[in-house]
Amino acid sequence: MKTDWKLLSKIFLSFLKIGPVTFGGGYAMIPLIEREVVIKRKWLKMDDVSDVFAMAESVPGAIAINSATFIGHRIAGTKGAVCAMLGTLFPTFLVVMGISTLFFILQGNHYLESAFLGIRPAIVALIVYAGVKISKTAIFDKTTLGLTIAMLSILLFTPLHPILIILSGIILGIGIIKLKEKLGLVIQLESGHSNEAIMTKEGES
Amino acid sequence: MLLQLFFVFVMIGAVSFGGGYAMIPVIEAEVTGRGWMTTTEFTDVIAVAGMSPGPIATNSATVVGYHVAGVPGAIVSALAMTLPSLVIILIIASIFVKINQNKLIKSAFYGLRPIVTSLIIYAAIKFAISNGIIGLDFSFEMLKYGGIFLLSLVALLYWKLHPALVIVLSGIIGIIVF
Repeated sequence: MKTDWKLLSKIFLSFLKIGPVTFGGGYAMIPLIEREVVIKRKWLKMDDVSDVFAMAESVPGAIAINSATFIGHRIAGTKGAVCAMLGTLFPTFLVVMGISTLFFILQGNHYLESAFLGIRPAIVALIVYAGVKISKTAIFDKTTLGLTIAMLSILLFTPLHPILIILSGIILGIGIIKLKEKLGLVIQLESGHSNEAIMTKEGES
Repeated sequence: MLLQLFFVFVMIGAVSFGGGYAMIPVIEAEVTGRGWMTTTEFTDVIAVAGMSPGPIATNSATVVGYHVAGVPGAIVSALAMTLPSLVIILIIASIFVKINQNKLIKSAFYGLRPIVTSLIIYAAIKFAISNGIIGLDFSFEMLKYGGIFLLSLVALLYWKLHPALVIVLSGIIGIIVF
């Protein structure tokens, strides 16, 4: 395949513009991607983009970067995927580096130290907030509640590495659903609300 | 050192399910375990990562990389963190599966989501302890930390303030009260 540098640079630049908007969560990117990729450039159809977002969630990594990579691949294959990914990554990388450098320079400054004393509890609040948000879709039956409590206890009281805990989640999820099928129990894979959303989405298409 | 950073973040990138916050305890375990940083220093990394646009886990990796090995460290960490996603996406895209509708994947996420929740709660407890917000000896400082914590939580949950704004505002409060 001949390399279409013009197309690749367009992909890179499009995602370069969208990248900085992904402030605190990739979902803020959805309308912008739609405008740039569907309406302005006409690279993809609206349906393709919603497909991409659904898929991006099921792959490890940040939703914003994953979506960009999927879209880049649809437009121009592997090279397109790499360009879209780098385009999304680049601006935020620069900002992070800028802020980090600033903090390194100001290290030891009295005001900065006091500011961080205030920021640290806020970071804990931010993590609690993220936990509250995800618990709404994660915990919806006795099994998921039990799993959350069991795994939290393991994390708190055993030295098991968090990566092992995540991998065990994949195995437990598949195992529990298989077991429930064998026992003939009613299976609900997602919280009621999101199931409904999927059903109406399928109904529309 | 760069090789170590690459290896650590490729590993973390491959298991980054369920939004960046679940990766906080994973990155924390790695960086404190290797003696690169203390948990309190890592809290400041999250602060910088949360103030910047972009995904919090990738941003944290960048800051850790920068702290450990300068600009090359930052570049290696950011790329290592996104490499597994890139590879997985290329594989999925080339075999044309709609993975989000696959039952096996859905079952995996049935188990993953609660675990992501416990990881985040665990991170919150661990950070609260290491930053002196909860502890055995009561102090006046703890009261101030607790106050900022509650105020931030209310701001996020009920006033729906943007996380980056909450970080900046808490910094200003910190300058005033400490």
